[in-house]
Amino acid sequence: MITLLHEQSETTCRTARVTGDDLWISPRDLEQATGWSMKPEGFCLRDVCVPVPSGDRSRYVDGERVNAAAFWRRLGNPIVHDASGEVWALGTGASDRVASLQSLEAPDFALPDLAGVTHTLSEQRGKKVLLATWASW
Amino acid sequence: MPVWQSIYADLKDQNFVVIAVAMDSAEAARPWIEAAKPAYPCLIDRDHHVADLYNMVNVPQATWIDEHGRIVRPPENAGSSDAFRHMDRVTKQMTADQLAERERTKSAYVAAVRDWALKGSASAFAYDPAAARARLRLPDEAIATAHVHFRLARHLLRMGKSDEAAWHFAEASRLHPESWNIWRQAAEKDATGLAAGPEFWARVDALGDRHYHRPIDMKGV
Repeated sequence: MITLLHEQSETTCRTARVTGDDLWISPRDLEQATGWSMKPEGFCLRDVCVPVPSGDRSRYVDGERVNAAAFWRRLGNPIVHDASGEVWALGTGASDRVASLQSLEAPDFALPDLAGVTHTLSEQRGKKVLLATWASW
Repeated sequence: MPVWQSIYADLKDQNFVVIAVAMDSAEAARPWIEAAKPAYPCLIDRDHHVADLYNMVNVPQATWIDEHGRIVRPPENAGSSDAFRHMDRVTKQMTADQLAERERTKSAYVAAVRDWALKGSASAFAYDPAAARARLRLPDEAIATAHVHFRLARHLLRMGKSDEAAWHFAEASRLHPESWNIWRQAAEKDATGLAAGPEFWARVDALGDRHYHRPIDMKGV
C-alpha cells in the first residue's frame, strides 16, 4: 500500500508500482492526491496543461499508469519518499510559494481545533485576521 | 496566548479576529489552550503546513490579513525579543532590565495590533501592497525541500518509525537551518515539554550576532 502526502491531504493508492525513485500510479490516484489529471493535452491542473514530452513518453506514461514521481520532478517540485517506498511526500516548489506570497492573497488552509472541528482562513473573510503561531516547545 | 485572548476580547466587535495556530501536536498544545480558554479559533497544525505556506521560521510569528484576505503585514516576529538569551541558564532568571526589554517589545507589538484592529487600512502599521511585498521573506528551493522532508518525517513518526523520521528531520534542518520551528519540533524535550537543553543553547549561541527573534520594522519594537 502506497501513501501520498501532498499539502494537507493524505491519499492511499489502490494500485502502485515503485521502482527506485519512480512511482507508477493510476491517473485517478494522481488526481485524487494532487489535483493533476491526465488529459489528451497532457497533465492538467485547472487551466494549465503540461504536455507529456513526446520523445520521452515512456518515462511518464505506461499503459494504465503514470510516473507520478517523474512528473512531479518535471514540474520542479520537491518529492521525497521513505526507505520502503511506501510513503511519498509531494511538496510544493519555491516558485509556487513565492508567487502565492507575492500576490499578497493570504494562502488559505483548513486545520482542526482541539475538538476536531475544521476551520479555514477563508471563512473569516470580511474580518481583519491576526494569524498568529505559537508552540508548546 | 493570554495576550491574544485579551486583545480579542477587547476588539472582537471591530470586525477583528485572532486565529492562533499551534505548530504542535494536539496532545502537546492541549494543556496550554485549555488554560488560556480562548474564544477565538485555536488550530492544531501538527505538520507545520502554515509555516510552509507563509515561510515562517519561528514562534511566535504572525501576519496581518485584511477584510479582503490580503496580507498587510507579512509574517514576522510577533512581539518577542532576544532578551532571553542573556538569562541565567541555571536559574532561568532574567534581570530587571532584561524583563523590561521583553515587556517593552511585547507591549509595542500588541499596541500596534490594537491600532490596526481599530483603524484598519488607516493604521500606520498596515502596509500598502508595495511596502508589504518589499518586506516579504521568500522561500528558496532548499526551504521548499526542507518542508517536504519535515512532512514525511512527521508522518513516519506517527507510524512509529522514529529512526527514519529522525533522518528526515535532520535533513529538513540541514536544508533550512534558519527554521527553529523545524529544529525545535524535532528536538528532545525536557520534562516541561521544552526543547531548551544544552543543544538548544549551543545552537542559539552559534547565532552570534544574528537574531533568534528577528527584530521587525515597527516603531517601539
